[in-house]
Amino acid sequence: MFAAWSRVMRREFLLAYRQRTDILTPLMFFIIVTSLFPLGVGPEPETLRTIAPGVIWVAALLATLLSLQRLFSHELHEGTLEQLLLSPQPASLLVSAKITAHWLTSGLPLVIISPVLGLSLGMSNEGLIITVISLLLGTPILSLIGAVGAALTLGLRGGGVLLALLILPLYIPVLIFGAGAITATVQGFPADAHLSLLGAYLMLGLVLAPWISTLSLRISLD
Amino acid sequence: MNWAEFFHMGGHGFYVWGTYLIATVVMVFNVVLPLRRYRRQQQKLKQTN
Amino acid sequence: MFKWFFRLAAAKNFYPFAGKLLPWLTGLCIISLVYGLYLGLFNSPPDYQQGETVRIMYVHVPAAWMSMFVYAMMAGAAIVGLVWKIKLADTFVTCSAPIGASFTVIALITGSLWGKPMWGAWWVWDARLTSELILLFLYVGFMALQSAIDDPRRAARAGGVLIIVGVVNLPVIHYSVEWWNTLHQPASVARADGPSIDGSILAPLLIMAVAFKFYFFSVVLVRMRGSILEIEEDSSWIKEARI
Repeated sequence: MFAAWSRVMRREFLLAYRQRTDILTPLMFFIIVTSLFPLGVGPEPETLRTIAPGVIWVAALLATLLSLQRLFSHELHEGTLEQLLLSPQPASLLVSAKITAHWLTSGLPLVIISPVLGLSLGMSNEGLIITVISLLLGTPILSLIGAVGAALTLGLRGGGVLLALLILPLYIPVLIFGAGAITATVQGFPADAHLSLLGAYLMLGLVLAPWISTLSLRISLD
Repeated sequence: MNWAEFFHMGGHGFYVWGTYLIATVVMVFNVVLPLRRYRRQQQKLKQTN
Repeated sequence: MFKWFFRLAAAKNFYPFAGKLLPWLTGLCIISLVYGLYLGLFNSPPDYQQGETVRIMYVHVPAAWMSMFVYAMMAGAAIVGLVWKIKLADTFVTCSAPIGASFTVIALITGSLWGKPMWGAWWVWDARLTSELILLFLYVGFMALQSAIDDPRRAARAGGVLIIVGVVNLPVIHYSVEWWNTLHQPASVARADGPSIDGSILAPLLIMAVAFKFYFFSVVLVRMRGSILEIEEDSSWIKEARI
């Protein structure tokens, strides 16, 4: 089973490497959207510092939505998605491998670049650390929930926007706890509760999302 | 029953009557539209059968 | 008992059954609506704190309750549809969604109309209104998904999964919004409820809530009967029964 997992992972990385733009575009989107806010709101440092947690998190949500397009699209176009579901390996295992690879190639880059963006918005050092931690906990949740949405909207017209419409309400708790953790820390309060809740949500997602995504894939392909 | 006072609702007439108006409009629509669709389908079935 | 229930799961049995139920439900709806409006508008005093704007509550609160009730019913029916594969359950889900969304819209607009005289603002990001707004997004998302899928079977099953995912997330969303709100809201802002509800205000509230429930069941049955006629167009029982 582990062999199947690592095979899927390696294939995902290979595909990601071959289509590097698919990885870089959401990342650039993350950077651009974050930069839009100072342009829209004004360069006042105090204002930017206040809105920074929310801005970074919302930009991360939107960038993840963009990147979700490619989660199943390759297999869909190749017609190999049925194969994946019919394989002797448990399908949800393979799907969870895909989701993990997706997070590593789409979510993790966001986490890594986030301190730079935090600095650009005038965040303090404690804020930067918490930003990284909250995104580290949060972006996998975004990939997990997003996978369910991507599976449900597989091949539909209206694709990306429909996915956003479906998934964004479900992302709201992650946003609240994630951005809330940063704001709390910056204001001198502990962020334990926020991070624990994110952690709990992550656990819930890890257990349920692969299975629900697989079910949704079967529904979409029937 | 002072109708002028009733309509005025202590100065909040717009808000109270606005509420009842919007609720009525939405709920009437929700009855009329399905009924019309149902009757249209009935007509269609009568013709083909 | 269960045999009767499962017989009802077939569209050709449900259709006449719903037809017979409908006049009763409509009648009960009208009676409770009239009584509730009478109590709410004519036979109850203005509130000590809110004045006449309390009468908005007689529409706003039941509408909000219905928006959640309908979603819960949809989730239950979605489970029945996915697990036992009863198509009628899927029909119920599809037909309920616009009604639930309408109640959510009513709740939001009337909430605004309540907020302006109460707090001076057309919209406040308090926990309940924000949760209600998110509920609207969930309804709209569901309806968008259904209309984007042409195959009715896929639409029903995908919609069912979405509703169940939504209902599981709903407590999380509600809790997180509550929490978010208490963190950001200064303590002096009045809660939307006010102090404990007096009996003379509770009565019209509950009767309106009952009226709205009868309304929902009446309308959903009309929609379902319409849906059945469309889906089962070509089946023999429709042709025979001269519909």
